[in-house]
Amino acid sequence: MTDQGTAPTPSGTLRKCPTGISGLDEITYGGLPWGRPTLLCGTPGCGKTVLAMEFIVRGVEEYGEPGIFVSFEESASSLVDNFRPMGFDLEGLVRQERLKLAYISVPQGEIVEAGDYSLDGFLIQLEQGIKQVGAKRVALDSLDSLFTHLSDTRLMRSEIARLFDWLREKGVTTVVTGERGKEDLTRYGFEEYLSDCVLLLDHRISEQISKRRLRVVKYRGSAHSADEFPFLVGSRGISVFPITSVQMEDEIGSERVGTGVSDIDDMFGGEGFYRGSTILVSGKAGTGKSSLSAAFVDAACRRGESALYLALEESSGQVLRNMRSVGIDLQHWVDEGLLGVRAFRPTLRGLEEHLVSIIQAIDERRPSCIAIDPITNFVTVGNSDEVGGMLTRLLGHVKGLGITLFLTALTPVSGSVEETDTSVSSTVDSWIALEQILDGTQRRRRIYIVKSRGMRHAHDIREFIMSSQGLSVRPLPVSAPVIREAEDSRGSPAA
Amino acid sequence: MNTEGPQRWEFTLYVAGMTPAAKRALSNITRIGSALLTDRFTVDVVDLRLQPELAERDQIFAVPTLIRRLPPGACKLIGDLSDTQRVMRALDLEPLS
Repeated sequence: MTDQGTAPTPSGTLRKCPTGISGLDEITYGGLPWGRPTLLCGTPGCGKTVLAMEFIVRGVEEYGEPGIFVSFEESASSLVDNFRPMGFDLEGLVRQERLKLAYISVPQGEIVEAGDYSLDGFLIQLEQGIKQVGAKRVALDSLDSLFTHLSDTRLMRSEIARLFDWLREKGVTTVVTGERGKEDLTRYGFEEYLSDCVLLLDHRISEQISKRRLRVVKYRGSAHSADEFPFLVGSRGISVFPITSVQMEDEIGSERVGTGVSDIDDMFGGEGFYRGSTILVSGKAGTGKSSLSAAFVDAACRRGESALYLALEESSGQVLRNMRSVGIDLQHWVDEGLLGVRAFRPTLRGLEEHLVSIIQAIDERRPSCIAIDPITNFVTVGNSDEVGGMLTRLLGHVKGLGITLFLTALTPVSGSVEETDTSVSSTVDSWIALEQILDGTQRRRRIYIVKSRGMRHAHDIREFIMSSQGLSVRPLPVSAPVIREAEDSRGSPAA
Repeated sequence: MNTEGPQRWEFTLYVAGMTPAAKRALSNITRIGSALLTDRFTVDVVDLRLQPELAERDQIFAVPTLIRRLPPGACKLIGDLSDTQRVMRALDLEPLS
């Protein structure tokens, strides 16, 4: 086999074929090797077929590259049905002759091998299919199904090698799926050597939480990340979460967005948060976190922007009702279609599914601002590491979209406001702490900024007032003893 | 199955060009047929290089492929048919006694 495949393009870099799959093009620095075969291997149910199909469908829809999906397992009608819930209109694409679904059935026991043969019949079918739609992308799912019913392994090996060469010669970008072997990446242990790129998918269930991981094992002629990346199979396809996403290194612009409370804007240099940044508000129950979240989305809607409020504690009805008591009317934004309020109950489903439903809500609405209240409710469904990992992934997704994200964290009764379980605090750009203290017979709320990256901000503790007229902040009556009290109140249940 | 009757046998042999394997397959099925079915059989040869659309319609992924059309009952053999015993067993042909 000649290895002309690795020849770099004149520009010195390998030409890549973008998959259009969220996150995958980031970790492969641009996509799969163009015009060459990529192997997708993994255990059954790991998401190989979905990834292969999404590669084809996105190619057709987003890159104008017609494709052919060859299944050795499912008939065209079954593929159409199975991918409909994912929003893939395979039937429509087939009708437009931009997609071809081919089913090569190798029925068990009905085929007798009697002497030497070649896979030319398959190659002729494939060539016909490629011609019919002018396919630039090919998916073969899966080679194992072909192997399973044929016993002549020696012959299959040489035929598969010929198939890979043929695909390369045709210059089609191909995704071939294969079952993971016990020791080798593939069941027969040689397909990976024939492929220019190998992606390994993995699906584990731990503590009843389903976890999927993707790793680029090999990429001929290209740099790639060696890390394992979490990915999700959502109802709209696959999302890979590059934790150290390129997008996360993107600089946040200098544009500012109001906090929704002019006194708090003042604390942030008079202008509020940076657009596209992540803000955390932490405090114990009843300190006013939800009210600040509501004020934040209210301000976004006032600017005429779309916003999303994800309520993890209360129903959406409760949220709307409660906010009216502090003078914030969110209902009319909902009526006008600017605001979406979604209530999730993290205890009902696994973390991964939550992330999927949140991401769906985000993708549907494309908001400029999102409030999640409180993010700590995720802790109840998983251990801290998982929550941390999940939040990092969510933050990555949201930041990539340039959305300003407002998170609240509930501090445990005995904990400090600067102690959050979610490990999210290190990744946020601005962090506001809320406290409640007993002053004589009156409960008073206090507010201060723990940190706010890259901007001038207030360093003092101020009084935070919630009334039916709205939210406001004013200086504390006396400054010196207050700081001591604030420190004393940490860890004290009476606070 | 009783091969003594007036039953006619029809085979279709799919090839992709008259390759050495294709020639072997044709000569093998002709030899076996002549020996066991005398003149009660026909072999149609379909060259998929000339009629590529038939590969999908007839679900041919390997060549040579031999399909028994008559007597009815799906029967598909792949390979150059050099394994005579296997071919006979698969086609339900009994050796001449």
